[in-house]
Amino acid sequence: MPGLEDLYREVILDHYRNPRNRGELETPPALMAEGFNPLCGDEVKVYVELEGDRITDVRIGGQGCSISQSSASMMTTAVKGRTVDEARGTLRSFKQMMSIHEHGLEGEDVPPDDPAGSSGLGDLEALRGVVKFPVRIKCATLGWNTFDQALDQDQDPDQALS
Amino acid sequence: MSLDVAAVKAEFPLLGREVHGTPIVYLDSGATSQKPRAVLDAMDHYYETINANVHRGAYHIAELATTASEDARRSVARFIGATDEHEVVFTKNATEAINLVAHSWGRTNLAAGDVVLLSLLEHHANIVPWHQLAAERGIEVRWIPLTDDGCLDLGDLDRLLEGVKLVAVTAVSNVTGAIPPVRQLANAAHAVGALCLVDGSQYVPHLATDVAELGCDFLAFTGHKMCGPTGIGVLWGRHELLDAMPPFLGGGEMILDVRQDGFTPNEVPWRFEAGTPPIAEMIGIGAAVDYLEGLGMDAVRRHEVSLTDYALSTLGDRFGDDLLIHGPSDTTHRGGILSMCLREIHAHDLSQVLDQHGVCVRAGHHCAKPLMRELGVTSTSRASLYLYNDESDIDALGDALDAAARFFDF
Repeated sequence: MPGLEDLYREVILDHYRNPRNRGELETPPALMAEGFNPLCGDEVKVYVELEGDRITDVRIGGQGCSISQSSASMMTTAVKGRTVDEARGTLRSFKQMMSIHEHGLEGEDVPPDDPAGSSGLGDLEALRGVVKFPVRIKCATLGWNTFDQALDQDQDPDQALS
Repeated sequence: MSLDVAAVKAEFPLLGREVHGTPIVYLDSGATSQKPRAVLDAMDHYYETINANVHRGAYHIAELATTASEDARRSVARFIGATDEHEVVFTKNATEAINLVAHSWGRTNLAAGDVVLLSLLEHHANIVPWHQLAAERGIEVRWIPLTDDGCLDLGDLDRLLEGVKLVAVTAVSNVTGAIPPVRQLANAAHAVGALCLVDGSQYVPHLATDVAELGCDFLAFTGHKMCGPTGIGVLWGRHELLDAMPPFLGGGEMILDVRQDGFTPNEVPWRFEAGTPPIAEMIGIGAAVDYLEGLGMDAVRRHEVSLTDYALSTLGDRFGDDLLIHGPSDTTHRGGILSMCLREIHAHDLSQVLDQHGVCVRAGHHCAKPLMRELGVTSTSRASLYLYNDESDIDALGDALDAAARFFDF
Protein backbone atom coordinates (compact mmCIF):
# COMPACT_ATOMS: atom_id res chain seq x y z
CA MET A 1 0.00 0.00 0.00
CA PRO A 2 1.50 3.36 -0.98
CA GLY A 3 1.86 5.70 1.96
CA LEU A 4 1.84 9.47 2.22
CA GLU A 5 5.63 9.54 2.26
CA ASP A 6 5.58 8.09 -1.28
CA LEU A 7 3.65 11.13 -2.42
CA TYR A 8 4.86 13.98 -0.24
CA ARG A 9 8.65 13.80 -0.48
CA GLU A 10 10.55 16.48 1.40
CA VAL A 11 11.69 18.18 -1.80
CA ILE A 12 8.06 18.41 -2.94
CA LEU A 13 6.95 20.02 0.30
CA ASP A 14 9.93 22.38 0.06
CA HIS A 15 8.91 23.56 -3.41
CA TYR A 16 5.31 23.87 -2.20
CA ARG A 17 6.23 26.04 0.78
CA ASN A 18 8.88 28.03 -1.13
CA PRO A 19 7.78 28.04 -4.76
CA ARG A 20 10.46 29.14 -7.23
CA ASN A 21 9.79 31.61 -10.02
CA ARG A 22 6.31 32.66 -8.87
CA GLY A 23 4.88 35.71 -10.58
CA GLU A 24 4.06 37.16 -13.97
CA LEU A 25 5.87 38.44 -17.05
CA GLU A 26 4.67 41.11 -19.41
CA THR A 27 2.81 39.68 -22.41
CA PRO A 28 4.02 40.28 -25.04
CA PRO A 29 6.92 39.83 -25.30
CA ALA A 30 6.41 36.84 -22.99
CA LEU A 31 4.16 33.93 -24.00
CA MET A 32 1.38 32.95 -21.63
CA ALA A 33 -1.00 30.01 -21.35
CA GLU A 34 -3.66 29.20 -18.77
CA GLY A 35 -4.40 25.65 -17.65
CA PHE A 36 -7.31 24.22 -15.66
CA ASN A 37 -7.77 21.00 -13.79
CA PRO A 38 -11.51 20.42 -14.14
CA LEU A 39 -11.44 17.86 -11.34
CA CYS A 40 -10.39 20.18 -8.57
CA GLY A 41 -10.71 23.67 -10.02
CA ASP A 42 -6.99 24.40 -9.94
CA GLU A 43 -5.85 27.13 -12.29
CA VAL A 44 -2.30 27.81 -13.39
CA LYS A 45 -0.75 30.47 -15.60
CA VAL A 46 2.63 29.84 -17.17
CA TYR A 47 4.67 32.73 -18.58
CA VAL A 48 7.64 32.00 -20.85
CA GLU A 49 10.20 34.50 -22.14
CA LEU A 50 12.26 33.46 -25.14
CA GLU A 51 15.37 34.89 -26.71
CA GLY A 52 15.74 33.05 -29.99
CA ASP A 53 15.18 29.45 -29.01
CA ARG A 54 16.44 29.88 -25.45
CA ILE A 55 14.10 30.12 -22.47
CA THR A 56 15.37 33.11 -20.53
CA ASP A 57 12.60 33.27 -17.93
CA VAL A 58 9.59 31.27 -16.72
CA ARG A 59 7.02 32.38 -14.16
CA ILE A 60 4.08 30.59 -12.56
CA GLY A 61 0.81 32.17 -11.44
CA GLY A 62 -2.47 30.75 -10.18
CA GLN A 63 -3.22 28.36 -7.38
CA GLY A 64 -3.26 24.69 -6.72
CA CYS A 65 -2.44 21.77 -4.46
CA SER A 66 1.04 20.88 -3.22
CA ILE A 67 1.60 18.46 -6.08
CA SER A 68 0.62 20.84 -8.89
CA GLN A 69 2.42 23.80 -7.32
CA SER A 70 5.64 21.95 -6.52
CA SER A 71 5.70 20.23 -9.90
CA ALA A 72 5.34 23.59 -11.65
CA SER A 73 8.00 25.10 -9.40
CA MET A 74 10.45 22.29 -10.15
CA MET A 75 9.63 22.61 -13.82
CA THR A 76 10.69 26.25 -13.86
CA THR A 77 14.09 25.42 -12.41
CA ALA A 78 14.48 22.54 -14.88
CA VAL A 79 13.71 24.52 -18.05
CA LYS A 80 14.97 28.02 -17.31
CA GLY A 81 18.08 28.73 -19.37
CA ARG A 82 17.48 25.72 -21.62
CA THR A 83 16.63 25.73 -25.31
CA VAL A 84 13.06 24.98 -26.36
CA ASP A 85 14.14 21.59 -27.70
CA GLU A 86 15.89 20.69 -24.44
CA ALA A 87 12.84 21.79 -22.45
CA ARG A 88 10.53 19.74 -24.65
CA GLY A 89 12.83 16.73 -24.09
CA THR A 90 12.51 17.16 -20.32
CA LEU A 91 8.75 17.53 -20.77
CA ARG A 92 8.63 14.22 -22.64
CA SER A 93 10.73 12.45 -19.99
CA PHE A 94 8.56 13.83 -17.23
CA LYS A 95 5.31 12.83 -18.89
CA GLN A 96 6.73 9.38 -19.51
CA MET A 97 7.47 9.09 -15.80
CA MET A 98 3.85 10.14 -15.12
CA SER A 99 2.47 7.51 -17.48
CA ILE A 100 0.53 4.83 -15.66
CA HIS A 101 0.54 2.28 -18.47
CA GLU A 102 2.71 -0.30 -16.72
CA HIS A 103 1.60 0.53 -13.24
CA GLY A 104 -1.18 -1.20 -11.36
CA LEU A 105 -4.05 1.17 -10.73
CA GLU A 106 -4.50 -0.31 -7.27
CA GLY A 107 -1.03 1.03 -6.53
CA GLU A 108 0.25 -2.39 -5.46
CA ASP A 109 2.22 -3.23 -8.55
CA VAL A 110 4.52 -0.28 -8.91
CA PRO A 111 8.17 -0.73 -9.91
CA PRO A 112 10.87 0.47 -7.51
CA ASP A 113 12.12 4.03 -7.85
CA ASP A 114 14.89 4.59 -10.36
CA PRO A 115 18.21 5.62 -8.89
CA ALA A 116 18.15 9.38 -8.58
CA GLY A 117 18.90 11.12 -11.79
CA SER A 118 18.83 8.08 -14.07
CA SER A 119 16.25 9.75 -16.29
CA GLY A 120 18.05 13.07 -16.18
CA LEU A 121 15.16 14.60 -14.26
CA GLY A 122 17.06 15.35 -11.04
CA ASP A 123 14.80 16.67 -8.29
CA LEU A 124 11.79 15.92 -10.47
CA GLU A 125 12.36 12.24 -9.67
CA ALA A 126 10.72 13.02 -6.34
CA LEU A 127 7.41 13.19 -8.19
CA ARG A 128 7.69 9.58 -9.34
CA GLY A 129 5.55 8.47 -6.39
CA VAL A 130 2.60 10.37 -7.83
CA VAL A 131 1.87 7.50 -10.26
CA LYS A 132 0.86 5.43 -7.25
CA PHE A 133 -1.98 7.92 -6.77
CA PRO A 134 -3.52 8.06 -10.26
CA VAL A 135 -6.00 10.82 -9.39
CA ARG A 136 -3.06 13.11 -8.66
CA ILE A 137 -1.25 12.62 -11.97
CA LYS A 138 -3.28 15.45 -13.51
CA CYS A 139 -2.11 17.69 -10.68
CA ALA A 140 1.53 16.90 -11.43
CA THR A 141 1.21 17.41 -15.18
CA LEU A 142 -0.95 20.57 -15.12
CA GLY A 143 1.94 23.05 -15.12
CA TRP A 144 3.84 21.06 -17.76
CA ASN A 145 0.93 20.82 -20.17
CA THR A 146 0.30 24.52 -19.74
CA PHE A 147 3.99 25.25 -20.36
CA ASP A 148 3.72 23.17 -23.54
CA GLN A 149 0.71 25.24 -24.65
CA ALA A 150 2.60 28.46 -23.97
CA LEU A 151 5.48 27.25 -26.17
CA ASP A 152 2.98 26.33 -28.90
CA GLN A 153 1.96 29.97 -29.08
CA ASP A 154 5.39 30.74 -30.50
CA GLN A 155 4.07 29.86 -33.97
CA ASP A 156 3.95 33.40 -35.30
CA PRO A 157 5.10 33.16 -38.96
CA ASP A 158 7.32 36.25 -38.63
CA GLN A 159 9.11 34.73 -35.67
CA ALA A 160 9.38 31.36 -37.38
CA LEU A 161 11.17 32.98 -40.31
CA SER A 162 13.58 34.98 -38.22
CA MET B 1 -39.40 6.94 16.05
CA SER B 2 -35.66 7.46 16.03
CA LEU B 3 -33.10 5.82 13.82
CA ASP B 4 -31.17 2.77 15.07
CA VAL B 5 -27.99 3.74 13.26
CA ALA B 6 -26.04 0.62 14.18
CA ALA B 7 -28.79 -1.52 12.66
CA VAL B 8 -28.96 0.75 9.60
CA LYS B 9 -25.18 0.57 9.10
CA ALA B 10 -25.30 -3.22 9.21
CA GLU B 11 -27.70 -3.16 6.22
CA PHE B 12 -24.99 -1.65 3.97
CA PRO B 13 -22.44 -4.33 3.02
CA LEU B 14 -19.80 -1.88 1.78
CA LEU B 15 -19.65 -0.11 5.13
CA GLY B 16 -18.18 -3.29 6.60
CA ARG B 17 -15.00 -3.08 4.53
CA GLU B 18 -11.63 -1.63 5.39
CA VAL B 19 -9.41 0.72 3.38
CA HIS B 20 -5.68 1.04 4.03
CA GLY B 21 -6.10 -1.38 6.94
CA THR B 22 -8.64 0.75 8.78
CA PRO B 23 -12.46 0.59 8.82
CA ILE B 24 -13.98 2.78 6.13
CA VAL B 25 -15.51 6.09 7.22
CA TYR B 26 -17.78 6.99 4.32
CA LEU B 27 -18.57 10.72 4.27
CA ASP B 28 -19.26 11.27 0.57
CA SER B 29 -22.96 10.49 0.27
CA GLY B 30 -23.50 13.85 -1.43
CA ALA B 31 -21.58 12.36 -4.36
CA THR B 32 -23.21 8.95 -4.14
CA SER B 33 -24.76 6.99 -1.31
CA GLN B 34 -23.98 3.41 -0.39
CA LYS B 35 -26.61 0.76 -1.15
CA PRO B 36 -28.51 -1.34 1.37
CA ARG B 37 -28.90 -5.09 1.03
CA ALA B 38 -32.58 -4.65 0.12
CA VAL B 39 -31.71 -2.71 -3.04
CA LEU B 40 -28.93 -5.07 -4.10
CA ASP B 41 -31.21 -8.07 -3.52
CA ALA B 42 -34.09 -6.55 -5.49
CA MET B 43 -31.84 -5.97 -8.50
CA ASP B 44 -30.29 -9.44 -8.26
CA HIS B 45 -33.75 -10.93 -7.96
CA TYR B 46 -34.80 -9.21 -11.18
CA TYR B 47 -31.81 -10.50 -13.16
CA GLU B 48 -31.94 -13.97 -11.63
CA THR B 49 -35.67 -14.62 -11.90
CA ILE B 50 -37.64 -12.21 -14.13
CA ASN B 51 -35.18 -10.64 -16.58
CA ALA B 52 -37.15 -9.74 -19.72
CA ASN B 53 -37.83 -6.59 -21.71
CA VAL B 54 -40.79 -4.54 -20.54
CA HIS B 55 -43.99 -3.50 -22.36
CA ARG B 56 -43.26 -6.00 -25.14
CA GLY B 57 -43.47 -9.74 -24.48
CA ALA B 58 -46.79 -11.40 -23.64
CA TYR B 59 -45.03 -14.19 -21.78
CA HIS B 60 -45.02 -14.67 -18.01
CA ILE B 61 -41.66 -13.26 -16.99
CA ALA B 62 -42.07 -10.25 -19.33
CA GLU B 63 -45.30 -9.44 -17.52
CA LEU B 64 -43.57 -9.84 -14.16
CA ALA B 65 -40.74 -7.51 -15.27
CA THR B 66 -43.21 -4.93 -16.57
CA THR B 67 -45.22 -5.07 -13.35
CA ALA B 68 -42.10 -4.81 -11.17
CA SER B 69 -40.76 -1.77 -13.05
CA GLU B 70 -44.13 0.00 -13.08
CA ASP B 71 -44.57 -0.82 -9.37
CA ALA B 72 -41.32 1.06 -8.86
CA ARG B 73 -42.82 4.10 -10.60
CA ARG B 74 -45.75 3.91 -8.19
CA SER B 75 -43.40 3.66 -5.19
CA VAL B 76 -41.43 6.72 -6.33
CA ALA B 77 -44.63 8.70 -6.91
CA ARG B 78 -45.86 7.84 -3.41
CA PHE B 79 -42.44 8.74 -1.95
CA ILE B 80 -42.63 12.31 -3.29
CA GLY B 81 -46.34 12.78 -2.65
CA ALA B 82 -47.34 12.70 -6.33
CA THR B 83 -50.97 11.66 -6.72
CA ASP B 84 -50.51 10.56 -10.34
CA GLU B 85 -47.77 7.99 -10.98
CA HIS B 86 -47.75 8.99 -14.64
CA GLU B 87 -46.13 12.24 -13.58
CA VAL B 88 -42.96 10.26 -12.77
CA VAL B 89 -40.59 10.09 -15.76
CA PHE B 90 -37.53 7.88 -15.41
CA THR B 91 -34.31 9.37 -16.75
CA LYS B 92 -30.64 8.49 -16.51
CA ASN B 93 -30.01 10.89 -13.63
CA ALA B 94 -31.01 14.34 -12.38
CA THR B 95 -28.82 15.97 -15.04
CA GLU B 96 -30.81 14.29 -17.79
CA ALA B 97 -34.07 15.23 -16.05
CA ILE B 98 -33.12 18.93 -16.13
CA ASN B 99 -31.89 18.63 -19.72
CA LEU B 100 -35.24 17.07 -20.62
CA VAL B 101 -37.04 20.16 -19.34
CA ALA B 102 -34.59 22.51 -21.06
CA HIS B 103 -34.80 20.74 -24.41
CA SER B 104 -38.48 19.85 -24.46
CA TRP B 105 -40.28 22.53 -22.44
CA GLY B 106 -37.58 25.16 -22.96
CA ARG B 107 -37.40 24.91 -26.73
CA THR B 108 -41.17 24.98 -26.98
CA ASN B 109 -41.83 27.82 -24.58
CA LEU B 110 -38.77 30.07 -24.42
CA ALA B 111 -37.83 32.73 -26.97
CA ALA B 112 -35.15 35.39 -27.24
CA GLY B 113 -35.28 37.76 -24.29
CA ASP B 114 -37.13 35.36 -21.96
CA VAL B 115 -35.41 34.95 -18.62
CA VAL B 116 -34.49 31.81 -16.67
CA LEU B 117 -33.74 32.75 -13.07
CA LEU B 118 -31.18 30.57 -11.28
CA SER B 119 -29.63 30.84 -7.85
CA LEU B 120 -25.90 31.11 -7.25
CA LEU B 121 -26.13 27.83 -5.31
CA GLU B 122 -26.73 25.77 -8.44
CA HIS B 123 -24.85 22.68 -9.54
CA HIS B 124 -23.54 22.79 -13.11
CA ALA B 125 -26.38 20.40 -14.05
CA ASN B 126 -28.84 23.23 -13.45
CA ILE B 127 -26.67 25.87 -15.15
CA VAL B 128 -25.19 24.49 -18.35
CA PRO B 129 -28.49 23.40 -20.01
CA TRP B 130 -29.73 26.99 -19.59
CA HIS B 131 -26.45 28.43 -20.92
CA GLN B 132 -26.90 26.14 -23.92
CA LEU B 133 -30.42 27.49 -24.47
CA ALA B 134 -29.08 31.02 -24.10
CA ALA B 135 -26.55 30.36 -26.85
CA GLU B 136 -29.17 28.69 -29.05
CA ARG B 137 -32.23 30.85 -28.39
CA GLY B 138 -30.94 34.09 -26.93
CA ILE B 139 -32.68 33.61 -23.60
CA GLU B 140 -31.21 35.42 -20.60
CA VAL B 141 -29.79 33.54 -17.60
CA ARG B 142 -30.18 35.64 -14.45
CA TRP B 143 -28.89 34.93 -10.95
CA ILE B 144 -30.30 35.25 -7.44
CA PRO B 145 -27.38 36.53 -5.32
CA LEU B 146 -26.26 35.23 -1.93
CA THR B 147 -26.16 36.69 1.54
CA ASP B 148 -22.92 36.68 3.53
CA ASP B 149 -23.81 33.39 5.22
CA GLY B 150 -24.45 31.63 1.91
CA CYS B 151 -28.26 31.81 1.80
CA LEU B 152 -30.26 33.33 -1.05
CA ASP B 153 -30.61 37.11 -0.94
CA LEU B 154 -34.26 37.62 -1.90
CA GLY B 155 -34.32 41.34 -1.06
CA ASP B 156 -34.58 42.29 -4.72
CA LEU B 157 -36.70 39.34 -5.84
CA ASP B 158 -39.49 41.40 -7.44
CA ARG B 159 -37.06 43.13 -9.79
CA LEU B 160 -35.20 39.86 -10.48
CA LEU B 161 -38.49 38.26 -11.58
CA GLU B 162 -39.13 40.73 -14.40
CA GLY B 163 -39.40 38.85 -17.70
CA VAL B 164 -38.84 35.49 -15.98
CA LYS B 165 -40.46 32.38 -17.50
CA LEU B 166 -38.77 29.80 -15.29
CA VAL B 167 -37.25 29.85 -11.82
CA ALA B 168 -34.86 26.90 -11.54
CA VAL B 169 -33.34 26.38 -8.09
CA THR B 170 -31.76 23.72 -5.94
CA ALA B 171 -33.57 22.69 -2.77
CA VAL B 172 -30.29 21.97 -0.92
CA SER B 173 -26.88 23.33 -1.92
CA ASN B 174 -24.45 20.49 -2.60
CA VAL B 175 -21.62 22.74 -1.38
CA THR B 176 -22.90 24.59 1.68
CA GLY B 177 -25.96 22.54 2.57
CA ALA B 178 -28.08 25.72 2.52
CA ILE B 179 -31.81 25.03 2.14
CA PRO B 180 -33.44 27.89 0.19
CA PRO B 181 -37.13 28.76 0.67
CA VAL B 182 -38.35 26.80 -2.36
CA ARG B 183 -42.04 27.25 -1.59
CA GLN B 184 -41.63 31.04 -1.46
CA LEU B 185 -39.74 31.02 -4.77
CA ALA B 186 -42.34 28.80 -6.43
CA ASN B 187 -45.14 31.09 -5.27
CA ALA B 188 -43.24 34.15 -6.49
CA ALA B 189 -42.65 32.48 -9.85
CA HIS B 190 -46.33 31.62 -10.23
CA ALA B 191 -47.32 35.16 -9.31
CA VAL B 192 -45.55 36.43 -12.44
CA GLY B 193 -46.81 33.59 -14.62
CA ALA B 194 -43.53 31.68 -14.53
CA LEU B 195 -42.90 28.02 -13.72
CA CYS B 196 -40.60 26.62 -11.04
CA LEU B 197 -38.15 23.74 -11.46
CA VAL B 198 -36.50 22.33 -8.35
CA ASP B 199 -33.24 20.37 -8.36
CA GLY B 200 -33.97 17.93 -5.56
CA SER B 201 -30.77 15.88 -5.89
CA GLN B 202 -29.60 16.72 -2.36
CA TYR B 203 -33.11 17.14 -0.93
CA VAL B 204 -35.22 14.10 -1.84
CA PRO B 205 -32.70 11.63 -0.32
CA HIS B 206 -32.67 13.48 3.01
CA LEU B 207 -35.99 15.23 3.71
CA ALA B 208 -39.58 14.03 3.50
CA THR B 209 -40.70 15.29 0.09
CA ASP B 210 -44.16 16.35 -1.00
CA VAL B 211 -44.35 18.00 -4.41
CA ALA B 212 -47.57 19.78 -3.43
CA GLU B 213 -45.86 21.31 -0.38
CA LEU B 214 -42.80 22.31 -2.40
CA GLY B 215 -45.21 24.00 -4.80
CA CYS B 216 -42.97 23.46 -7.81
CA ASP B 217 -43.90 22.42 -11.35
CA PHE B 218 -40.91 20.17 -12.04
CA LEU B 219 -38.72 18.21 -9.62
CA ALA B 220 -35.50 16.49 -10.69
CA PHE B 221 -33.57 14.00 -8.58
CA THR B 222 -31.34 10.97 -8.91
CA GLY B 223 -31.47 7.42 -7.58
CA HIS B 224 -27.87 6.82 -6.60
CA LYS B 225 -27.78 9.54 -3.94
CA MET B 226 -30.77 7.96 -2.15
CA CYS B 227 -29.64 4.35 -1.61
CA GLY B 228 -30.56 3.37 -5.18
CA PRO B 229 -28.38 2.41 -8.14
CA THR B 230 -26.63 4.69 -10.64
CA GLY B 231 -28.19 5.10 -14.08
CA ILE B 232 -31.66 6.05 -12.87
CA GLY B 233 -33.06 9.48 -12.20
CA VAL B 234 -36.48 11.04 -12.02
CA LEU B 235 -38.25 13.99 -13.53
CA TRP B 236 -41.54 14.67 -11.83
CA GLY B 237 -43.73 17.21 -13.61
CA ARG B 238 -47.33 18.35 -13.39
CA HIS B 239 -49.31 16.16 -15.75
CA GLU B 240 -50.73 18.92 -17.93
CA LEU B 241 -47.23 20.34 -18.45
CA LEU B 242 -45.69 16.99 -19.39
CA ASP B 243 -48.66 16.26 -21.63
CA ALA B 244 -48.04 19.44 -23.64
CA MET B 245 -44.30 18.78 -24.03
CA PRO B 246 -42.80 17.17 -27.16
CA PRO B 247 -40.56 14.10 -26.83
CA PHE B 248 -36.89 14.67 -25.94
CA LEU B 249 -35.30 11.49 -27.38
CA GLY B 250 -36.85 9.49 -30.19
CA GLY B 251 -37.01 5.70 -30.62
CA GLY B 252 -38.86 2.67 -29.35
CA GLU B 253 -41.23 2.83 -26.37
CA MET B 254 -41.91 6.55 -26.82
CA ILE B 255 -44.32 6.14 -29.77
CA LEU B 256 -47.92 5.14 -30.36
CA ASP B 257 -47.44 4.84 -34.10
CA VAL B 258 -44.68 5.26 -36.69
CA ARG B 259 -45.44 5.74 -40.37
CA GLN B 260 -43.39 6.51 -43.46
CA ASP B 261 -44.35 10.15 -43.08
CA GLY B 262 -44.01 10.58 -39.34
CA PHE B 263 -44.89 9.33 -35.87
CA THR B 264 -47.39 9.78 -33.07
CA PRO B 265 -45.81 10.08 -29.63
CA ASN B 266 -46.84 7.86 -26.72
CA GLU B 267 -48.64 9.02 -23.58
CA VAL B 268 -46.66 10.43 -20.69
CA PRO B 269 -44.49 9.28 -19.03
CA TRP B 270 -43.38 6.74 -21.71
CA ARG B 271 -43.19 9.52 -24.30
CA PHE B 272 -40.00 10.60 -22.53
CA GLU B 273 -38.54 7.13 -22.05
CA ALA B 274 -37.21 6.19 -25.49
CA GLY B 275 -35.58 2.80 -25.89
CA THR B 276 -35.35 -0.08 -23.44
CA PRO B 277 -35.35 1.55 -20.01
CA PRO B 278 -32.92 0.70 -17.19
CA ILE B 279 -35.26 -1.97 -15.82
CA ALA B 280 -33.08 -3.28 -13.00
CA GLU B 281 -32.37 0.29 -11.96
CA MET B 282 -36.07 1.16 -11.90
CA ILE B 283 -36.61 -1.82 -9.62
CA GLY B 284 -33.57 -0.67 -7.61
CA ILE B 285 -34.85 2.86 -7.04
CA GLY B 286 -38.25 1.40 -6.14
CA ALA B 287 -36.59 -0.79 -3.50
CA ALA B 288 -34.60 2.22 -2.28
CA VAL B 289 -37.64 4.40 -1.65
CA ASP B 290 -39.43 1.47 0.01
CA TYR B 291 -36.38 1.05 2.27
CA LEU B 292 -36.28 4.76 3.14
CA GLU B 293 -40.03 4.85 3.75
CA GLY B 294 -39.66 1.89 6.10
CA LEU B 295 -37.20 3.88 8.21
CA GLY B 296 -39.27 7.07 7.96
CA MET B 297 -37.89 10.19 6.27
CA ASP B 298 -38.69 12.32 9.31
CA ALA B 299 -36.46 10.06 11.39
CA VAL B 300 -33.73 10.27 8.73
CA ARG B 301 -33.89 14.08 8.77
CA ARG B 302 -33.89 14.30 12.58
CA HIS B 303 -30.83 12.06 12.69
CA GLU B 304 -28.98 14.15 10.12
CA VAL B 305 -29.80 17.45 11.83
CA SER B 306 -28.55 16.12 15.15
CA LEU B 307 -25.38 14.70 13.54
CA THR B 308 -24.72 17.97 11.69
CA ASP B 309 -25.10 19.86 14.99
CA TYR B 310 -22.65 17.44 16.58
CA ALA B 311 -20.17 17.90 13.72
CA LEU B 312 -20.36 21.71 13.71
CA SER B 313 -19.93 21.93 17.48
CA THR B 314 -17.23 19.27 18.00
CA LEU B 315 -15.13 20.24 14.97
CA GLY B 316 -15.55 23.90 15.93
CA ASP B 317 -14.29 23.12 19.45
CA ARG B 318 -11.34 21.08 18.20
CA PHE B 319 -10.09 23.36 15.44
CA GLY B 320 -11.49 26.82 16.14
CA ASP B 321 -10.64 29.33 13.45
CA ASP B 322 -8.24 26.89 11.75
CA LEU B 323 -11.20 25.05 10.24
CA LEU B 324 -13.58 27.07 8.06
CA ILE B 325 -16.88 25.30 7.41
CA HIS B 326 -18.94 27.12 4.79
CA GLY B 327 -22.70 27.51 5.00
CA PRO B 328 -25.42 28.48 7.45
CA SER B 329 -24.93 27.67 11.14
CA ASP B 330 -28.65 27.09 11.73
CA THR B 331 -29.05 23.38 10.98
CA THR B 332 -32.83 23.70 10.61
CA HIS B 333 -32.06 25.38 7.28
CA ARG B 334 -29.14 23.21 6.33
CA GLY B 335 -28.53 19.71 5.02
CA GLY B 336 -25.78 17.45 6.33
CA ILE B 337 -23.09 18.89 4.09
CA LEU B 338 -19.83 20.27 5.48
CA SER B 339 -17.54 22.04 3.01
CA MET B 340 -14.28 22.53 4.85
CA CYS B 341 -11.03 24.43 4.49
CA LEU B 342 -8.33 23.59 7.06
CA ARG B 343 -6.04 26.60 7.21
CA GLU B 344 -4.12 26.87 3.94
CA ILE B 345 -4.07 23.15 3.16
CA HIS B 346 -5.36 22.55 -0.34
CA ALA B 347 -8.49 20.40 -0.53
CA HIS B 348 -6.74 17.79 -2.64
CA ASP B 349 -3.91 17.44 -0.14
CA LEU B 350 -6.32 17.36 2.78
CA SER B 351 -8.48 14.65 1.22
CA GLN B 352 -5.38 12.61 0.44
CA VAL B 353 -4.39 12.53 4.10
CA LEU B 354 -7.97 11.81 5.17
CA ASP B 355 -8.01 8.85 2.76
CA GLN B 356 -5.00 7.37 4.51
CA HIS B 357 -7.18 7.26 7.62
CA GLY B 358 -10.02 5.57 5.77
CA VAL B 359 -12.06 8.79 5.61
CA CYS B 360 -13.76 9.32 2.23
CA VAL B 361 -14.59 12.96 1.40
CA ARG B 362 -14.92 14.83 -1.88
CA ALA B 363 -12.29 17.39 -2.85
CA GLY B 364 -12.76 20.00 -5.52
CA HIS B 365 -15.29 22.51 -6.81
CA HIS B 366 -18.27 20.14 -6.49
CA CYS B 367 -19.52 21.08 -9.98
CA ALA B 368 -20.63 24.46 -8.66
CA LYS B 369 -17.98 26.86 -9.92
CA PRO B 370 -20.12 30.04 -9.88
CA LEU B 371 -20.81 29.40 -6.18
CA MET B 372 -17.14 28.62 -5.47
CA ARG B 373 -16.19 31.96 -7.01
CA GLU B 374 -18.71 33.68 -4.73
CA LEU B 375 -17.18 31.90 -1.74
CA GLY B 376 -13.73 32.99 -2.91
CA VAL B 377 -12.27 29.48 -3.04
CA THR B 378 -11.27 27.17 -5.89
CA SER B 379 -11.89 24.01 -3.92
CA THR B 380 -13.05 22.63 -0.59
CA SER B 381 -13.05 19.24 1.09
CA ARG B 382 -16.66 18.20 1.53
CA ALA B 383 -17.96 15.73 4.08
CA SER B 384 -21.59 14.81 3.44
CA LEU B 385 -23.63 12.82 5.94
CA TYR B 386 -26.37 10.26 5.55
CA LEU B 387 -28.55 7.94 7.56
CA TYR B 388 -25.76 5.41 8.21
CA ASN B 389 -23.27 7.91 9.65
CA ASP B 390 -22.87 8.34 13.39
CA GLU B 391 -20.84 10.35 15.88
CA SER B 392 -17.90 7.95 15.61
CA ASP B 393 -17.60 8.90 11.92
CA ILE B 394 -17.41 12.59 12.87
CA ASP B 395 -14.82 11.81 15.54
CA ALA B 396 -12.78 9.85 12.97
CA LEU B 397 -13.00 12.83 10.61
CA GLY B 398 -11.73 15.08 13.40
CA ASP B 399 -8.81 12.73 14.14
CA ALA B 400 -7.90 12.60 10.45
CA LEU B 401 -8.08 16.42 10.15
CA ASP B 402 -5.77 16.58 13.15
CA ALA B 403 -3.33 14.22 11.43
CA ALA B 404 -3.44 16.34 8.26
CA ALA B 405 -2.68 19.51 10.22
CA ARG B 406 0.31 17.78 11.80
CA PHE B 407 1.50 16.30 8.50
CA PHE B 408 1.58 19.67 6.82
CA ASP B 409 3.36 21.15 9.85
CA PHE B 410 0.75 23.59 11.06
